[in-house]
Order: sequence, then C-alpha cells, then structure tokens
Amino acid sequence: MSVPVVQAQGLTLTFQTNDGPVHALSDVNLDINKGEFVSFIGPSGCGKTTFLRVVADLEQPTGGIVTVNGMSAQEARLQRAYGYVFQAAGLYPWRTIGGNIRLPLEIMGYSKAQRNERVAKTLELVDLAGFEKKFPFQLSGGMQQRASIARALAFDADILLMDEPFGALDEIVRDHLNEQLLALWSKTEKTIAFVTHSIPEAVFLSTKIVVMSPRPGRVTDVIESPLPKVRPLEIRDTPEFLEIAHRVREGLRAGHSDE
Amino acid sequence: MRNVVPVLVVLSAIVGLWWAAVAPMNMRAALDVAERAKETVVPVGSVARRDISVFKLMANNHEHIASGYSLKRPRLPTPVQVGKEFWKTTGGMVAKGRAFSKRSLIYHGWITLQSTLWGFLLGTTIGILAAVAIVYSRVADMSLMPWAVISQTIPIVALAPMIIVLSNQVGIEDRIVPKAIIAAYLCYFPVLVSMVKGLRSPSSSELDLLKTYNAGGLQSFLKLRLPASVPYLFTALKVGIAAALVGTIVGELPTGAISGLGARILIGDQFGTPLAIWSALFAAALLAGVLVTLLDIAQRVTLHRMGFRS
Repeated sequence: MSVPVVQAQGLTLTFQTNDGPVHALSDVNLDINKGEFVSFIGPSGCGKTTFLRVVADLEQPTGGIVTVNGMSAQEARLQRAYGYVFQAAGLYPWRTIGGNIRLPLEIMGYSKAQRNERVAKTLELVDLAGFEKKFPFQLSGGMQQRASIARALAFDADILLMDEPFGALDEIVRDHLNEQLLALWSKTEKTIAFVTHSIPEAVFLSTKIVVMSPRPGRVTDVIESPLPKVRPLEIRDTPEFLEIAHRVREGLRAGHSDE
Repeated sequence: MRNVVPVLVVLSAIVGLWWAAVAPMNMRAALDVAERAKETVVPVGSVARRDISVFKLMANNHEHIASGYSLKRPRLPTPVQVGKEFWKTTGGMVAKGRAFSKRSLIYHGWITLQSTLWGFLLGTTIGILAAVAIVYSRVADMSLMPWAVISQTIPIVALAPMIIVLSNQVGIEDRIVPKAIIAAYLCYFPVLVSMVKGLRSPSSSELDLLKTYNAGGLQSFLKLRLPASVPYLFTALKVGIAAALVGTIVGELPTGAISGLGARILIGDQFGTPLAIWSALFAAALLAGVLVTLLDIAQRVTLHRMGFRS
C-alpha cells in the first residue's frame, strides 16, 4: 500500500477559552488510505468535526503532525487537494445551482468551456441535471445538499471531507442520499472522510469506522468493515451489519463510561 | 386591491382630523378679520380675546367659525386651500407653459432634487467605502466608527451655515456644492452602518468554504461579501435618499437661498404666506415619496433577479 492519503500522528488540539482549556483532540493517530470511506462517529464534543477541520487546515493543531497527500495540511489546502461539504448546504442564495457549482471553478481559474462542461458533469453525477438555472430556495433540503456535494466534486480534488452533510435531513431523504453517495463514491473512487451522529449511517457507508469520545476528544476504536463494497439498503438487516453496529455502540458506550 | 380600503380609511382619517383642526386654529384670525369688517364679535378686541380659550371663542362666536375656512392668510390652511395652491404652483404653471418659472414649485423642486442626488451619490460612496475600510481593517473600525457616530449627534441646522460659509471661503460660489455636502452628511451614515452589517453578514462556514478554495481577498470580497450585502444596501439607500432630501432642504433654509423647496418654506414664513409653506412642504413630501418608491422598485427587481426570496 502506498502512502496514506491522510496521516495523523499524536494530533492534539487544545482551545484556550475563558472557562479554561478545552481538549478538542488528544493524541489522535490515524491513517486514511486511498479510496477508503472513513466515518467518524461520536457524541458532540468528541472532536470529530475538529479533526476534519484540522485536515482541511481550517484549524491549527497545538501538537502532533497531520499530512495530506504527503504534504502539510496548509500545502494541501493551497493546492486545493480536497472538497469540503459543510453541515448546512451553504449555497450562495444569489447564485443559481449551476452558479454555485461554478464558484470554485471561477476562483480556481478554469476556462469558461471547462466550467460549463464540469457543471454539466457534476450535476449529472448528483442527479440534478435540469436544475442548473434554479435558485437554491427553489430546491428541497436534500437537493440543496446534493448541489453542495456537486460543488465539492466540481474541481479535481480526490479527497472529499464531509461534516455531517445529512444531519439536518429526515430519515427517508437521508437513506436515499446515502445510497447515492455510495454510488458516487464507487464511480469517482474518491477518498471520503465523513462525520456523522448516526450509527446506521456510519456502518452503511464506511469501509472504516472511527469511534471517538469526548473530554478529551480521542479515538477509542477503529473498525474495519467486512461489508462488501456494493451495498443495497437491505444490507442493514443482515447479521454482519448488526454486529458492526453493535461494536460501534459498545465503543461509544465505553467512551462514555470513563467520564 | 383589498388593501385599498384600509389605505383610504387612514387617509380620510388624517384629512378629517386636519379639517377639524382648522376651525380652532384659525378662530382668532377669523375673529380679527370679522372685527375689522365691523361685525359683532364677543368679546371685542384681540387683546381681550388673548386669554380666552379658542373653544370658548368658538362657542360664543359660532357664526364666524365658517370664515376660518376661507381666510387669505390662515394659521392652518384647509386641505383644499393647500391643494389649490399646490396645483397653482405646479400643474397650473405647466398648463401656462411656465413650468420652470421662479414661481413654480417644479423649478424649486428641481433645484432641490439636483443637490439631493449629488449629495446622495456622494454620501453613498463615502458610506460604502468607509464600510469596506471598517470591515477589513481593525484600525479603521476603531478610528472611524466613533467619529461617524459623533457626527450624527450634531444638529444639522447648526452645521449647515458653517458648511456654506466655509465652502464660500475656498471659493465655491455654486450653492449646489455646500447643499450636496450637507445632504451627504446626513445620508452617508445609514449607508455606512448597513453596509458594515451587510459585509459582515456572511457566516463563518461561507467564509471557510472560500478558504478551502484558497480564494484571495479580492475574490472573497467580490464573490461573497459584496453580493451578500446587497439587501442591506438597498434598505440603507431608501433611508439615505430621504435623509439627503432633508439635508438639502435644511441646507436651503438658513442661508439666504432664493431657490429650492427649503427657500420657499423660509420665504413663506418671512412673508407670512402659510399657503406657500404648506405647498412647498407637500412638494418635498411628494418628492421624497417618489424617490423612495423608485428605489423600492429597483430593490425588488434587483433582489428578484439575484434570487433572494423576498
């Protein structure tokens, strides 16, 4: 196996607040390999989002090392190595869906022809073809989130960092988007880091599940999923699935008991 | 269309109240006129009437109440008198082909409008530039903002004559310049405050998104902060243009100006022609209404095109 796409060694981040220091991350060691789908699960305050933001160079660690594609996180950001999908879709309301997807392409200096081609391609990919000229408010929450995924896919980043992208959506929409995300992942062969609150979502999507616990934020378990790459929704009723879900739940509970 | 009824009710209530107020307001003047015409009034002599309430005078002299509605120089003119005077100095002048004569409110309105628009342009530009400086520089925030707030606590009537005198000292003869400066002085503040708020309105995740694209400062200004501030800007422009009009009129008041709506108001006061004051006031109100409505339409069209849900 080649160099991991994301490598964290002894990663520590302590925020100084008025109420004293908050240990958001404490000695996190983790490798994410190329083409993996890694979920981060844990209760609020366990540092899963913070970890993602450190990888994205949106937060600076106070200790330890993180590398992305063999570079520092900052170098990786400057080279636009990843697409980031935020919790809220965060589409700019004054831009159409097409205009929103065009935003990173404009900033990165793609030619007009390339922009149009990529917008059409990514809209196709997230099943939003025909919605290019619509404004965000004309779309449902699920469609907005798909557009924001398209925005992160539009340029050539092979890493996708997703921070609870489906957290605000209802169960049925979320199931549907999970299926689509898996299809998209196998089609594009991106490396995905995915933060979630939901055990079924984590187990259904991931090849690797990172269980975290709070105060201080740390990794308590890393589960390699034996589930096949192609997964219908029904897989959630199989004993293998339930067994992994059980292990995740145990990991979360263990993290809580030693508070 | 169902809004028409409440609007008309409010309008007729205002006019009705105004109409009713004419009688007590003009009672003393009406009695003075009647006394000079050798009619019987109770009591005799305006000095004797001074200490009696107008309502008592109305009760004792009810046959003279009606004449209060047709005085030549009323203390409070009736809506009809104002309407007639307003027509005489606007539409009537147009009909005579003298729309821009010195007796026409269209001419004076045009003089006021010019300064208002120049002041609005100047004030808006200053407001926007200062807002950009304040949002991007902590030093500017701490050094500019307090002065901006202080500037608005000074009564503009105290400042207006000084601005005119000072601009005269540097050799500016044209009255339009000091008036525009006074208009801009009132106009820039709402624009400044709103634009600071608008330019700061993007959320931290919207800013983080641009950071993940490695976007430059100018790019994030043009693609995020500026468009995000447009709804704030329009709200400010509507307040700003009304403020600019007030500023211009104030700039015309104490300065010996002979043209402009403010000058008409002052001249009406000095020559005791309340009808001239009132019709100039109405012209100013109408002008403000038109300007704000135009900006409102521009706001609707722009925001609709930009995809903001109104």
